[in-house]
Amino acid sequence: MILMTPFTWAVHNLLCRCLSIPISAWFTLLCLFIIVPAVLRGSFSIRSLYLRTLLKIFEWANLQMKMRAKEKNQQLYKTYTNGIIAKESPASLRQEIRGSASCLCSDHEFDMADIFYFCRSGVESIVDDEVTKRFSAQELESWNLLTRSNYNFHHINMRLTLLWGLGLLTRYGILLPLRVTLAVTGISLFLFFTTLVGFLPNAASYLSEKVHMMGYRMCVSSLTAIITYHNRENKPKNGAICVANHTTPIDVIILASDRCYSLVGQMHRGLLGMIQSGMVKSSPHIWFDRSEVKDRHLVAKRLSDHVADKTKQPILIFPEGTCINNTSVMMFKKGSFEIGCTIYPVAIKYDPRFGDAFWNSSKCGLVWYLLSMMSSWAIVCSVWYLPPMDREEGEDAVQFANRVKATIAAQGGLVDLIWDGGLKRSKVNDAFKEELQKLYSKVLVGDHEDESERMEI
Amino acid sequence: MGSRASRLLREEEIEEIKKETGFSHSQITRLYSRFTSLDKGENGTLSREDFQRIPELAINPLGDRIINAFFPEGEDQVNFRGFMRTLAHFRPIEDNEKNKNPSATEPLNSRTNKLLFAFRLYDLDRDDKISRDELLQVLRMMVGVNISDEQLGSIADRTIQEADTNGDSCISFNEFIKASFVVNIHICTVVLVLVNI
Repeated sequence: MILMTPFTWAVHNLLCRCLSIPISAWFTLLCLFIIVPAVLRGSFSIRSLYLRTLLKIFEWANLQMKMRAKEKNQQLYKTYTNGIIAKESPASLRQEIRGSASCLCSDHEFDMADIFYFCRSGVESIVDDEVTKRFSAQELESWNLLTRSNYNFHHINMRLTLLWGLGLLTRYGILLPLRVTLAVTGISLFLFFTTLVGFLPNAASYLSEKVHMMGYRMCVSSLTAIITYHNRENKPKNGAICVANHTTPIDVIILASDRCYSLVGQMHRGLLGMIQSGMVKSSPHIWFDRSEVKDRHLVAKRLSDHVADKTKQPILIFPEGTCINNTSVMMFKKGSFEIGCTIYPVAIKYDPRFGDAFWNSSKCGLVWYLLSMMSSWAIVCSVWYLPPMDREEGEDAVQFANRVKATIAAQGGLVDLIWDGGLKRSKVNDAFKEELQKLYSKVLVGDHEDESERMEI
Repeated sequence: MGSRASRLLREEEIEEIKKETGFSHSQITRLYSRFTSLDKGENGTLSREDFQRIPELAINPLGDRIINAFFPEGEDQVNFRGFMRTLAHFRPIEDNEKNKNPSATEPLNSRTNKLLFAFRLYDLDRDDKISRDELLQVLRMMVGVNISDEQLGSIADRTIQEADTNGDSCISFNEFIKASFVVNIHICTVVLVLVNI
């Protein structure tokens, strides 16, 4: 130090001062973002201002693109939520094949033109089908300045590119680092406190609940998730099962930041496994080994045991079994509806304009997905708690599941589909084809059923 | 993050497809978006597996035959031009098209071409005749296991008897067109109507 010349000393001083400003500014911002959400949990004024500003910017961008498209004498790409095929109201198979009344008088059992119906419905499904589009991110009505959602918006001029660049800088330079720091701090604190609480004799459930909620709320702020809860009076009670539609792993965080649930799932390795073990120390979650998952009876037994204990938290289950893109609800697996306890349905609907929350697991892994979530504008969603439902007399598990599914779909404004979400990865069951073949056979020989049986003998 | 439409459709290509098939500009861009979403391999062509991934098509009794119609002789991949050319058969017939240049080649969606498309679904070996075996094959695909062989055989025989005018116990394309049932059907069953894009 004594050997330093005055020059190097001055430089050294200046450097320290320059560095300390951004670092202290950084820490101030960080504290602000931790304290403010925790304290102002009820106040949405800053957030709604943020959202409204963003919406105005998107509108302006859309206008620019429309004007540019008009110059080129083209139309802007439009989204059609109901599909692009103009369908008439569905009629019976016989009417569809044989046409309207004038052709019903046809004496032929078989008509070579019958294949036209199958031909057309086949080509219709090639042009637009109900299932495959549910496994990729929803198309937006207008661009929201994110490259990932720019599918067909081609009419982009200089001004728009500049705006997009500005948005990019804001999201990756300011929002992303802040959110990542928040997330890391949150998870470390969570792990620390759960281990601590785990050591306490008769793990005080009150404390562990508080720790869990703190962890989830920090995760929620780290994603800038703006959640609106509706009908809180229907919040799930102890000793029941809560079912919801599944779009992303973040669903769990969103629901669990409002009340504590017991989660069900496979035990993972690595960081996720550590978090899972941490959670179990202070609260009764149901984690399965890979080998146990295959055993349906074991799963059902553990679930019913948990539910029978009325002091335990409600179990959170996603009956679809996989992530769907939040435009529809697909088949609910009947496992959780066979147990026979009260079901609390919950509908979750995300607003895709600020960031699409759907996790396309075939396109990107979990870490990449979380990073892209943290570099979106915000995750905006609505959660509706629906009144509890019980299985009725004479209703089997499948019918009950469909009833619950219909309620969730109606509340969330989603399309109610009978197709299985597992079609994302596997082939469709041949039983459906056999059904169609049976129906057509009835059209062909329906009236002559007795005759054909006599012929067989 | 992955961007869709890895290759944008050029204006010249859109114009060429418009002339060939008669679809409008926005219909073509819309269908191109559908084509790329089906193209999981992202190499600009569709294979048979890409089509079979559509559940509603996989359960269609004639699904495999319809998929075949998209692929030219002996090829395993279809590009966007070929895709549009096949879809063009299903465009509605517009009245003003009938009065256009009569010496020009017949448009893809003419009544004759629609019937030819349906005829080819039966005529697997492309010999321009539907034999009894070919008819039985299609019938079997449509009814599955629900009708006995004898009954199916008698249905096939009856159909050929009524349509066959030159006595070769096969149905040629001309006999197919003239057959009474084909004349009676509403040709609009072979048409798919796109929402007003």
